Amino acid sequence: METVVTLTLNGEMVSARADQTLLDVIREQKIDLPTLCHMQGLSERGGCRLCVVEVQGAPRPMAACVTPVTEGMVVRTHTPELEHQRRLVVELLLAERNHVCAVCVVNGHCDLQWAAAKLGVASVRYEYLHPDLTMDASHARFVLDHNRCILCTRCVRVCDEVEGAHTWDIAGRGIKTRVITDLSRPWGDSPSCTSCGKCVQVCPTGALFEKGATVAEMTKERDFVGWIIRGRTKREWTW
Amino acid sequence: MAQTIVIDPVTRIEGHSRITIFLDEHGEVRDAQFHVTQLRGFEKMCEGRPFSEMPALMARICGICPVSHLVASAKACDALMAVQIPTAGANLRRIVNLGQLVQSHALAFFHLAAPDFLMGMDADPAQRNIVGMLAARPELARDGVRLRQFGQQIIEWIGGKRIHPPNIVPGGMSQPLTAETRDRILDELPAALTIAERTLAWFREQTARFAEEVRHFGSFPTMFLGLVGPDGEIEHYDGRLRIISSEGAVIGDQLHPRDYQDYIGEAVEPYSYLKFPYYKPLGYPVGAYRVGPLARLNLAARCGTPKADRARAIFRQKEGVLRSSFYYHEARLIEILYGLEKIQQLLEDPATSDEHVRAFAGPNSQEGVGVSEAPRGTLIHHYKIDDDGLMVWANLIIATGHNNLAMNQSVQQVAKHFVKSQALTEGMLNRVEAVIRAYDPCLSCSTHAVGQMRLAIDLRGPDGELLDSVKRE
Repeated sequence: METVVTLTLNGEMVSARADQTLLDVIREQKIDLPTLCHMQGLSERGGCRLCVVEVQGAPRPMAACVTPVTEGMVVRTHTPELEHQRRLVVELLLAERNHVCAVCVVNGHCDLQWAAAKLGVASVRYEYLHPDLTMDASHARFVLDHNRCILCTRCVRVCDEVEGAHTWDIAGRGIKTRVITDLSRPWGDSPSCTSCGKCVQVCPTGALFEKGATVAEMTKERDFVGWIIRGRTKREWTW
Repeated sequence: MAQTIVIDPVTRIEGHSRITIFLDEHGEVRDAQFHVTQLRGFEKMCEGRPFSEMPALMARICGICPVSHLVASAKACDALMAVQIPTAGANLRRIVNLGQLVQSHALAFFHLAAPDFLMGMDADPAQRNIVGMLAARPELARDGVRLRQFGQQIIEWIGGKRIHPPNIVPGGMSQPLTAETRDRILDELPAALTIAERTLAWFREQTARFAEEVRHFGSFPTMFLGLVGPDGEIEHYDGRLRIISSEGAVIGDQLHPRDYQDYIGEAVEPYSYLKFPYYKPLGYPVGAYRVGPLARLNLAARCGTPKADRARAIFRQKEGVLRSSFYYHEARLIEILYGLEKIQQLLEDPATSDEHVRAFAGPNSQEGVGVSEAPRGTLIHHYKIDDDGLMVWANLIIATGHNNLAMNQSVQQVAKHFVKSQALTEGMLNRVEAVIRAYDPCLSCSTHAVGQMRLAIDLRGPDGELLDSVKRE
């Protein structure tokens, strides 16, 4: 029998299964909480810090996606301090690389852009780093643009956990961190890549896109992750 | 307690330029230079980016004529993909390009140039602008706003957005024409045509008062360059280049735009960021030529639409080849007529409504040139890419650049004729501005501000000493 716990979410008493994360429960309650690295069906990373919430008794905000629910937990999701921190995270992401929405292939269909708009990020208070980053267009169908990568690792996880190819990895540390294919050889030379395109579809920004796409042309289809997981685990093939 | 709000500096003006006038020991004008003091860097910043991104990126060169850059860029990309784009795609690009021509010419004529004609060159600058025009001749100002709006609407309805429209893509267009859009434009066309004809008639009445300006506003022999169709008709989207002498003799005809480097050279002067293109066989600076509406009407055999051809015939009766840059204004109005008539013809062609508007391909060629006629003249985009389709090199020759030599010569001519003392007057300053305005230059690319450009004029003695300076901020 599943264990049920009760917690207080924004002042309301809420029941949840003990194996759920806080983010699952928050979403079940239809509370709008932005995320960038989270993707239903993939393992959690807790890297983007947009889903931070205030847990009573905890010394600092906790990422809801990697925090299991516990009995008697008191959680607040939208305090002014949390909103401030979320804006800060988005501003830092925008300042770190070269995000130019106007000429981006996913302009209007971008998770980062939506998050910025939703959080009211009208300007960036930090100096843009304008790093001189390259693109990898060696693959026949897809292109990698490091300028737009926010290191959410959705590509790494979907390739490993769903496709099973594990083409993608992370190299370097700190500001020098990059996503790489097959120990940093050009994507087009990768022997492990099956060209399935799952990484491209789950990428929240225009960092991975279909070759030849022009501005605002690339829309991403993410529901397939759920279909595949459901099919694999429950043998239910519906979409 | 009273409070003061200070806005300093006032921004959102496009284009920065400066003019230096050199005097000899007798106080007479010896020389004058037109400096463009800004650098954009698009040719460099595009390196390493995929070619498919170029139309959208290059459109950002300008907010007034983004369609021109989109079209030239998309054509360069078509060449990189080595595709023949579908007829409907090409026709839709033509229509958006002509919509752009109409709105840009309307802006240049009504908002920027017409206040000089309505109020006079020596009128109070506080009145000599579109706002003053609204008070003095509201129907004229409204015509200008309406015509510009119509051009912008065509761009929005077919291009997807008024500024930086996204539907012009490598290989054609991303959206076909809907019957609803076609009918909306056709419904509104007659009203726009009436405005264009009315304005042309009004301007022709005014021209007689500006005989001195006609004689001294960049009135000198140069060659003229522009695209023409296979039969020498006026052409703004495709076609080949023609260059004629100041007497009208065809020097080069049906020159393939791809080979532009064989006949166009680009010189650099230390006093300006704008390059100085010249006709290579004649060398620099003898090979000066002009582009834009005046050049197109001087070199094309016909327009191919009835109203514009009639207007062109009257225009060309004045002289064989019109050499004064003052005539750019009238040429602009004739081109508005042509643009509207041509849009109508294209919309009525069933081929334009075909659903097949785009060709798809990867990079098939490592080098591509796209040339089109922007409102201000011939626009050249030249790209080189690597095997993966990433840009390695770009060269752009913007329409305003072609006119650089002529603009410098015009400034000298106006200065020599109108500056007689060592003190600058408002009327003189305005005439120097007005001759530049005749070319409707895009310095950033554009120097358009309401009524006046941000412009500074320095008057220097023979030893280089600064005698006087007038600034317009």
